[in-house]
Amino acid sequence: MSDAPVLRMESVRKTFGGSVVLRDVDLEVAPHTVTALIGASGSGKSTLLRCANLLEEIDDGAIWLDGEDITDPRVDQDAVRRRIGVVFQAYNLFPHMTVLDNITLAPRRVHGVSREEAEERAGELLERLGLGEKAHAYPDRLSGGQQQRVAIVRALAVRPRLLLLDEITAALDPELVGEVLTVVRDLKDDGMTMVLATHEMGFARDVADQVCFLDGGVVLERGTAEQVFGDPQQERTRRFLRRIVEAGRL
Amino acid sequence: MTLLKDDSGREDADGGGGTPGAEDAYVPSDRRLDRERHKRARARRATAIAAVSTLVTAVVLYVVVVNAPGWPRTKETFFDAHYAREALPKVLEGLWLNVRLLLICGVLVLVLGMLIAIARTLPGPVFFPLRALAAAYTDFFRGLPLIINLMIVIFGVPALRLQGVTVDPVLLGGTALTLTYSAYVAEVFRAGIESVHPSQRAAARSLGLTNRQALRYVVLPQAVRRQVPPLLNDLVSLQKDTGLVSIGGAIDAVRAADIIAQRSMNYTSYIVAGLVFVALTIPMTRFTDWVTARMDRQRAQGGAV
Repeated sequence: MSDAPVLRMESVRKTFGGSVVLRDVDLEVAPHTVTALIGASGSGKSTLLRCANLLEEIDDGAIWLDGEDITDPRVDQDAVRRRIGVVFQAYNLFPHMTVLDNITLAPRRVHGVSREEAEERAGELLERLGLGEKAHAYPDRLSGGQQQRVAIVRALAVRPRLLLLDEITAALDPELVGEVLTVVRDLKDDGMTMVLATHEMGFARDVADQVCFLDGGVVLERGTAEQVFGDPQQERTRRFLRRIVEAGRL
Repeated sequence: MTLLKDDSGREDADGGGGTPGAEDAYVPSDRRLDRERHKRARARRATAIAAVSTLVTAVVLYVVVVNAPGWPRTKETFFDAHYAREALPKVLEGLWLNVRLLLICGVLVLVLGMLIAIARTLPGPVFFPLRALAAAYTDFFRGLPLIINLMIVIFGVPALRLQGVTVDPVLLGGTALTLTYSAYVAEVFRAGIESVHPSQRAAARSLGLTNRQALRYVVLPQAVRRQVPPLLNDLVSLQKDTGLVSIGGAIDAVRAADIIAQRSMNYTSYIVAGLVFVALTIPMTRFTDWVTARMDRQRAQGGAV
């Protein structure tokens, strides 16, 4: 029972205009595991995450969150999104709010938590991520790494069932990547279920229980990190990984 | 030329660089001193040119106006101190009506404009009629000349002889102003809403906020903040256009001037009314400039990170 997948996708198809972005995508994410989506830009990683959070409507197939078909049009989409946290590549913090207000907005307005309680929890999370003294700063006063960590705290503040991370280090300077990835590792140790799209292959190999290689909107290869990185079965996967190695990113 | 300046700069800097007791202190290089001297000289030249050209323009204008064949007569008709003194209290009394109109219409315009803007940006096919209605409204009232709008409302509505509907030209004039300016302001708000990047809405929705909550807490605060300068601009415009309600006979500053002018056959009162409006808008214009400058500074700081 506890091993029932948190997220399950079946034959998901998504098109933008005429182009097929996701084709027959199946995915299962077990509780307390990390799934890494790898693949070239435009392979459909981000779209897959946006579909899982219902920010994009899928054309065909179905998606289940904790056994509930969330692609059923009768489902309350806002209620579904409340159970899923998302961290974006460009942080997407609200620039007109302080760090604390960014984090407490959803707990207060969506979950009806009192201001004191929401701020207390936000304070704890910020403290844990080494951002305690930034609570009253505005986002534009923070470095990219700090902003991204705040974005992670914001997503965690609503105690999500599932965390989606969309290339969260892609916009960061190389020396700031580490501080963000450390947070993700800590979250894994805490048992958070996560799906992450990433270009950080070393990190994916390190942290992921399951790795999916997307190519042209298809999950071409999947398996444990050792399988996909150590012994890729598909020629395209091998070629992709070879390019990554040549670029010095693995 | 450059060489010459370089040399003179070095000489000067040597004198300045010899300040005693400043071992650790930063000593500006010859290069910097020379650059600053050059900039100062350029600034002085620019100021001098501006001053001279202003003076020349003023003198030319004065000479042309004063030597115009009709000047003595114009001076009598438009710039008579006696009539100005007589007109000022009456005009100021009338101006109070303009100020009240501005305050009331200003608030109504902001509320109505915001509602129309929101209606225009509502997503989904359900809201199509509302969107279409709001679009038609802005298209119509932005295109309709304000003076014609005023005449239709001020003279047309009473002609209908509807029970319980006011015939007061002030109320009707205020209504017409509100109708037109709501359309302008709605467009300003809409531009603001659309300038907020979609990723902000996506972030809000991903946190579980409903569409309405995302609009209220995330999109609108950013939109309004960005649009403060153009909104103030429209309010300055509204302020002077309150003078147009005088066409219905309401005794505002313009009408007060009009009455005096009709009676005395002297137009000085118009000049007085005009200057009073200008005096009223200047603080608001300055305030607009100040807000704009402040926001530009903030944006520049935000953009640097």
